[in-house]
Amino acid sequence: MFDKIWSRHSVATRSDGQVLVYVDHLLIHDGYAPAFDVLRERGLRVRHPERSTAVPDHYIPTTSRDLGSIADPEKRAMVMSMKRDVEEHGIQLFPLGDPRQGIVHVVGPEQGITQPGIVLVCADSHTSTHGALGALAFGVGMTEAAQILACQAIWQRRPKSMRIWIDGQRGPGVTAKDIILAVIGRIGASGAIGHVIEYAGPAIAALSVEGRLTVCNMSIEAGARAGLVAPDDTTFAYLKDRPFAPSGAAWDAAVAQWRALPSDPGAAFDREVRIDISGLAPMVTWGTSPQDVAPVDGVVPDPDTMTDPAQRERARGALGYMGLVPGMAMGEISIDRVFIGSCTNSRIEDLRGAAVVVAGRKVHPKVEAWVVPGSTQVKLQAEAEGLDRTFKDAGFAWHEAGCSLCLGTNGDLVPPGQRCASTSNRNFVGRQGPGARTHLMSPMSAAAAAIEGRLADVRTMMERR
Amino acid sequence: MDRFTVLEAPALALPAANIDTDQIIPGRFLQKPRDGSLGRYLFHDLRQRPDFPLNRPPGRDARIVVAGPNFACGSSRENAVWALYDHGFRAALAPSFGDIFFGNALKNGFLPIAMPPALNARLLGQLAGRPELAIRIDLPAQTVTLPDGVIHGFAIDSFAKDCLINGLDELDYTLSRMPEIAAFERQRPAS
Repeated sequence: MFDKIWSRHSVATRSDGQVLVYVDHLLIHDGYAPAFDVLRERGLRVRHPERSTAVPDHYIPTTSRDLGSIADPEKRAMVMSMKRDVEEHGIQLFPLGDPRQGIVHVVGPEQGITQPGIVLVCADSHTSTHGALGALAFGVGMTEAAQILACQAIWQRRPKSMRIWIDGQRGPGVTAKDIILAVIGRIGASGAIGHVIEYAGPAIAALSVEGRLTVCNMSIEAGARAGLVAPDDTTFAYLKDRPFAPSGAAWDAAVAQWRALPSDPGAAFDREVRIDISGLAPMVTWGTSPQDVAPVDGVVPDPDTMTDPAQRERARGALGYMGLVPGMAMGEISIDRVFIGSCTNSRIEDLRGAAVVVAGRKVHPKVEAWVVPGSTQVKLQAEAEGLDRTFKDAGFAWHEAGCSLCLGTNGDLVPPGQRCASTSNRNFVGRQGPGARTHLMSPMSAAAAAIEGRLADVRTMMERR
Repeated sequence: MDRFTVLEAPALALPAANIDTDQIIPGRFLQKPRDGSLGRYLFHDLRQRPDFPLNRPPGRDARIVVAGPNFACGSSRENAVWALYDHGFRAALAPSFGDIFFGNALKNGFLPIAMPPALNARLLGQLAGRPELAIRIDLPAQTVTLPDGVIHGFAIDSFAKDCLINGLDELDYTLSRMPEIAAFERQRPAS
């Protein structure tokens, strides 16, 4: 499948073998000021304004829709300059307050902009998300983004291919997030460097598009350039009637084309990995890399039992930062904050899953818990279903859409030393704030943690219903 | 873009694996203007520890980073390269790099060099005892000379090499190939 998309987008080849890849769509967020500065300095115009979409997500407040409420003038300027830049070049914008606004990686699929077989790029590493619909989607830097704005194409070395085949059936309380955490735990944070991962097998076929978006989102956490899932009837049903999806006769023609995309049986990959998720428990991270995973009913690992000295040293450092002791039950780790949000896990199914756990219960009195929907559409849908009431009645704060506490660019931070159960994608040192301790998990597990005030096995909580 | 030919300088040794771009420059500084002074945010949170090697010589004056595997993984923030560059760094040596960082670096006059894990461990070992020792990088010859005199030949795409040596950037070159992009657009079915 990767080969087909790659060859259809190859414009030219350079003497060193790099390929000029045509970009069908560029997504723009409110961090693009340096890219537009490059155009301005050189007097360049955007080649295809109609092939870009802009939406603010990184620097916007999630407690209001008022730009004036951004206290830091430099952060406010990021959002303002995006508006000015895209209007100057005639690029479509979903501004703050627009019902289509949200996190760029939630908005693309939701609006039907992300489609099978296209090449989609954004100056954000989590662009890998969009591969869930069978698009070749990868993150770039700002210099490369400027080049795409000017030329609609970008030089890339052809990546290697890796297929991750996932067998087995998810048990109750086990989600797409638990699958991808288990995958990263298995292959490591550098396990897929230089590769595009194609996720396949019965457990992937059984996932909804939203679940696949969660899986592909974290491909970058294994070092991959991109993640892909072959488009199927689930994909087509998801895309049908979305605002930017083809309609009428064009829809039928598109589906016919999309059906020819999946890898041919017997297609060769540079590397193959097989994982069976039968019996997989909900997964939680204990360290400062997404590869540091343990089952929620397991224990904090003991670095002394690790054979590789470098790994042992790193694990010791991670446990020191996290304030954890080897052998401690994961379920004994008490938490201060809960964040349900981010481009990994902020879609309607994520919120529904968390709400089932939360319904009729109360957030633990010492815990501050937030829900930050991934898009305004998700927020409106959740409110139409009454999920906001469920969360608010339990004691959750109900926010507006944005990146928020995933990376703290907008000023939302976890205080030093506090421990956060988070549905985001990175548990890096200081990611959620200086000294903040992040445990990655699914929305259901985060909901369970909010209620119990500690990491908790959502399966036992569901049995108590 | 500044030219890169030969660099002989002391190194900042960061032996850990998976040093991510959030550590290189935390997210809360990404809105800071690109005015050549981003070096002050480099490893901002790690620098709060007085014993962090960037806080004192020779780390403070180092121009090469020597790190463990998967250096600069994570976020695509090009600010990570800019912060390194503004602080005076021009190259990094590690067994492997985050893919996006690797590409960003080459577009900013910063040379990332992948080296075999055993050689990387050897180099880190030398620097652990004598952090002031210099490393020599010869880009035209594609060699790294370790403090003990061991020479490592490295690979680099010829295009990136030319850009670094001549201080050229890729955008001008890509613009020169616009006719091919236009031709591609014409022959391609509408989508």
